[in-house]
Amino acid sequence: MKESFRRDPRNEWIARNRLHPLYSALQTQEASWIGPSGLVRKNPHVSGFIGPNGLKRIDRSGVQQGGGSQRSGTKAAVQLPLRIIEQPSFYIVVVPDMVNGRLSSHDKDLLGLANTLAGDEGAVVAVVFQAHKEGGFDTAGVDRLLHLQGEAFADYSPEQRVTALCALDTQLNPAHWLVPDSRTGGGELGRRLAAKLGERPATRVWQVADGQCIGRAGAGQQDMARTAPRLILAAAECADPVSDTRHEVRAIELNETLFHRVGRLDNLGAVAVDPALTPMAEAEFILSGGNGVKDWELFHQAAETLGATEGASRVAVDDGFMPRARQVGATGTWVTAQVYLAVGISGAVQHLQGIATCDKVVAINQDPACDMVKRADLAVIGDSAAILQALIERVREHRQGGMHDAA
Amino acid sequence: MMPHELLKVVALVSVGAHPVTGRPRRAEQDARAVELGLCLAGKHLHLLHAGDAESEALRGYLGMGLAEMTVLQQPLHADILPALGSYLGATDAQLVLTGSQAEIGEGSGMLPYLLAEQLDWPLVVGLAEVESVKGGVAQVLQALPRGQRRRLQVRLPFVASVDSAAPKARQSAFGPAQRGQLQSQKVAVVEDMLLSEASMQTARPRPKRLKVIKAKTGAERMRAATAKASAGGKVLTDITPEQGAEAIFALLKEEKVLR
Repeated sequence: MKESFRRDPRNEWIARNRLHPLYSALQTQEASWIGPSGLVRKNPHVSGFIGPNGLKRIDRSGVQQGGGSQRSGTKAAVQLPLRIIEQPSFYIVVVPDMVNGRLSSHDKDLLGLANTLAGDEGAVVAVVFQAHKEGGFDTAGVDRLLHLQGEAFADYSPEQRVTALCALDTQLNPAHWLVPDSRTGGGELGRRLAAKLGERPATRVWQVADGQCIGRAGAGQQDMARTAPRLILAAAECADPVSDTRHEVRAIELNETLFHRVGRLDNLGAVAVDPALTPMAEAEFILSGGNGVKDWELFHQAAETLGATEGASRVAVDDGFMPRARQVGATGTWVTAQVYLAVGISGAVQHLQGIATCDKVVAINQDPACDMVKRADLAVIGDSAAILQALIERVREHRQGGMHDAA
Repeated sequence: MMPHELLKVVALVSVGAHPVTGRPRRAEQDARAVELGLCLAGKHLHLLHAGDAESEALRGYLGMGLAEMTVLQQPLHADILPALGSYLGATDAQLVLTGSQAEIGEGSGMLPYLLAEQLDWPLVVGLAEVESVKGGVAQVLQALPRGQRRRLQVRLPFVASVDSAAPKARQSAFGPAQRGQLQSQKVAVVEDMLLSEASMQTARPRPKRLKVIKAKTGAERMRAATAKASAGGKVLTDITPEQGAEAIFALLKEEKVLR
């Protein structure tokens, strides 16, 4: 598509204003200038323009004049201004949950809150245990990163982690500790830290402003307002995440070497749970069947092989193939699965409402035009029975392969 | 489950509030703790409450099949932790069960953590089941989000908090509840300073977060306003069932849901 030339008054204003943080990104580079020794220097990258195919074109006929380079300033990805805190006057420490090794939205909200508390003087420190897969610490608002690795912090090790955090407390003496009040580890770690440090925390906090914080109290019927303590366990959406600055993720180290007591909790590992017994609302992986499923024996067999919790659409329940408690959708259960595998479900609006919060949706269907296929992240068009059969065989093959490797 | 007759279990209970009417009742999670304690110790379960012995809601726990309960006399705005800590330190309790947070008052959920710290006992959070107790070491299951379980080994004595993953509490029977005895004890009172500076207010529903579009130009705003919610995913047509199964398998593998 051919872009028409438009003036951007805002960018022009930024280009005139030398104190603006985006000023340097908008400076047009000169094509030639006189160097310090009196020679003419040329910058070959400035001439020409990007053609419609994304290739660079240099038009020497004299028709192309200026227009291309005027656009290019706005087209370049805008580099967010970098915030550097060389000598922070205080620290705000955040201990993110890092579910699956990445910052969750809850963690990002907390980092946003930490940045508002830090203002221009303080630095935000994030403490991350074990290996992670996160690449966006700079745009999430982390000034300093303490990355703790080692045998002691492996998997579930709250006592060892609290020991490390206590050592950090004496090292930095942070103005605030922020921990997500979540069931995925933060709520427990924050409370253990509070008990160890002897700090009285504010819990389920959803607003911090002007040194006051408000958090839910009791069973959620009341709010408690109080002066913000040093340790805050904050709920999700307590603040907006950082969006318009970049931060240097400078690595810091713990000064003292940790001596771990022998842990009083021994982790013997995860236990295999029967997926049929997990409540559907919180099941991780759901295999759901609808009108397109003809062979229900095969469907149950597939659920067992895959280790998935069973679900059903309303039609399958009405026809008596599945119990009412297994119905997914507006009139049944609203599910939050990570993977939702829909077999022969065309995707009525009520059903799509029920799976709105699912992460990945996979559809197996005959009809490529149905709504479920449009919603799905991966859709396989074909006969559901044949595909389920092939999937069962593939998973069995994988499981047996794994057994051979282990032996 | 086999009752562990030799295990000395104490369940800490509190007065709850009905979620709709706000009337006092037995607290939901504490009742689950009592249920777990009844499975472990049967009639020998020891119920402990710090607060007002006159409260009728406490009889809801006695109605679950217990003859008596110890009540440490405390006024409404007192710090109950020192009283509970010194009482439990003097008994030979091996397992202290609590709910994970109170239904009235601050409800910070700190009590099991502070109690474990004070007694210097280990703490298990989200206890779902006690599998075995052998030679002073208990093997327990901890409840995780999404219905998952983790097996832990912990030496006795320990504190454990239960949440809504623990077994559902049995009904409370009226007759036994009225016949049960509330044994009250006078103990020292420590004032809680927090409640003098904090203020309680009725909870407001929290505002829904709006989708903020940070567009710099009109064209970007237009694109953001007219864009579909999602572009849609990959659609595989005209393939053999084996290829389709392979694609689904790869996705399941990537999401790590195959166990």
